[in-house]
Amino acid sequence: MRTFKILLITFIFFTVPLKINSAEKVELLKTDWSFKGPLGKFDRSSLQRGYQVYTEVCAACHSMKYLSYRNLMEKGGPEFSEAQAKSIAASFEVTDGPNADGEMFSRPARLSDKFPMPYPNEKAAQAANGGAYPPDMSVLAKARKGGVDYLYSVLLGYTEPPAGVTLDEGVYYNKFMYGNKIKMPKVLEDDLIEYGDGTLATEEQMAKDVVTFLMWSAEPHLEARHKMGFRAIIYLIILTILVYFSMKKIWSRVESEV
Amino acid sequence: MSDHNYTPKSKFGKWFNDRLPLLSLANHLTDYPTPKNLNYWWTFGGILTFCLITQIVTGLTLAMHYIAHADMAFDSVEHIMRDVNYGWLIRYIHSNGASMFFLAVYIHIFRSLFYGSYKAPREIIWILGIIIYLLMMAAAFMGYVLPWGQMSFWGATVITNLFSAIPLVGEGIVTWLWGGYSVDNPTLTRFFTLHYLIPFLILGLVVLHIWALHVPGNNNPVGIDIKKPSKDTVPFHPYIVIKDTFALLMFMIIFAFFVFYSPNVLGHADNYIEANPMVTPAHIVPEWYLLPFYAILRSVPDKLLGVIAMLSAILILAALPWLDTSKIRSAVFRPLYRQFYWILVLDVLVLGYVGAMPAEGLYLLIARVATAYYFAHFLIILPLLGFKEKTLPLPFSISDPVLGGSANLSMAKSDKKEG
Repeated sequence: MRTFKILLITFIFFTVPLKINSAEKVELLKTDWSFKGPLGKFDRSSLQRGYQVYTEVCAACHSMKYLSYRNLMEKGGPEFSEAQAKSIAASFEVTDGPNADGEMFSRPARLSDKFPMPYPNEKAAQAANGGAYPPDMSVLAKARKGGVDYLYSVLLGYTEPPAGVTLDEGVYYNKFMYGNKIKMPKVLEDDLIEYGDGTLATEEQMAKDVVTFLMWSAEPHLEARHKMGFRAIIYLIILTILVYFSMKKIWSRVESEV
Repeated sequence: MSDHNYTPKSKFGKWFNDRLPLLSLANHLTDYPTPKNLNYWWTFGGILTFCLITQIVTGLTLAMHYIAHADMAFDSVEHIMRDVNYGWLIRYIHSNGASMFFLAVYIHIFRSLFYGSYKAPREIIWILGIIIYLLMMAAAFMGYVLPWGQMSFWGATVITNLFSAIPLVGEGIVTWLWGGYSVDNPTLTRFFTLHYLIPFLILGLVVLHIWALHVPGNNNPVGIDIKKPSKDTVPFHPYIVIKDTFALLMFMIIFAFFVFYSPNVLGHADNYIEANPMVTPAHIVPEWYLLPFYAILRSVPDKLLGVIAMLSAILILAALPWLDTSKIRSAVFRPLYRQFYWILVLDVLVLGYVGAMPAEGLYLLIARVATAYYFAHFLIILPLLGFKEKTLPLPFSISDPVLGGSANLSMAKSDKKEG
């Protein structure tokens, strides 16, 4: 019996890493994410810079349909002030209506408005991007295996194709993309944008900031979750210890072991 | 049972109890004599009750905000995650709760297998348990479809397509199940309805499961009947209540870890991509708890035979009380069975592992060997073992091995002569 238990444990120890290795042949690029770990929080200024990268670069093609401007001022997010969030919203035009005359009309966006879509529909998006649909980015950080590390790696993974790989028109080579072929061109270049807070806009910095922003957009309550989880688990551990001693006391009346 | 003699103290209590013996029931449940040598593997019944209630309560709350429509389901789940107060918490408890439910049920089933809890006179408890397990799988599968992500949609397509393997009427049945010619809105609405219904069926069966348990009483690690209730048993309250509570709290710590720190680790990333009938994911895999059966399904080259093998793998469990010919319940006194038991555990883990891998090459070969062994365990090894195995002598009573000052089961063997 002991032999089989040992067999069992060896099996588990060998297969778990095996599974990970076989699935991800390419080692993803790693960076320090402030939101990892039991007490992890978002880096507020990184989120604000990430929003800037999104809105000035990504938003040209990628929608973010589940986000509203009010989210930008909510706790646990980029936490822009209400005035900042309002002015960000007001810089976008949205279509509203119909009005009393039955006409649709444009007006500046308000806090309650969703982020506008870059294309009127999916077909239009495909037509403008060589047949590929730029995915909605609201939950993208959860929708790819490897999560934030994968997104970060793809953004920085553009290289010349190795010898023997020929690429069609409008297809680019990426070390980390599944199948290595991607229809999104390399967008991030050093000093592509000028950060409001004076941070040096290197390729890595922009990638890190925008991926942090994407993690927040996928998990807007991540900070609240981490905080509550920490408290809940401490509470449960204390209660478990108390119940353990009560149990010992109660069972001491019986000649038996618990 | 003691409750027959029970009379409530107050006059109103007596009047009420004569008309509806709820107080007698409460008395029975608190005084219920329980073997005092139960170990922690016996706490999973209580843990499973907790899981069921958690799933029902969180599920009801989610249903208030969820919209069962192919165009809105994915959006409504995101609405729950973002805008409903603590919606993220409720949804993560519900989605991880399914995994925790299965983790607990697998421990509960394998505890039964080790200690022979399915044997006479507990066959009905066991069969009710298998029905509950089947319903759990149905509920979990349909629940996974509701967020209407890529895995939801394609998982539903793969599983419902299994019915097309039935000769002659297969295709018709699949169309009938879908409510159309592909998985679409009618499929989603009926899955939602059934997903809402099944937990209440499970709840009813759980009541029967516990009722059937309270007739013969619990099995125990030594696997022998209670000789003297006063010496061998303790009342359910407070002894078992406090022990179950302690075990439940430990379980909740693990549960909380998943909910708060790794809420998506047991799910599949593709399910955060909205369902798209035009794009098939590279690998369609079910949730982890269905993987062993998925491996059995894919290990058979013929579709119909594969479906039959998969269903038989579950239904064969219902026949277990009659396939296992040994009169001795507990594996503690069955040296050979104990070894085969651990091989079976390993076999099921191997099946789960290859179920997650592509069905090709070495993986397929391993899946086939493991499938063959799974059936051999129940159809060949267990029936023969009852006749061939030299079992160890049983202790005289539950309290005998315990009285030695240790519940260590190896003690039970050396105490045999006293009987």
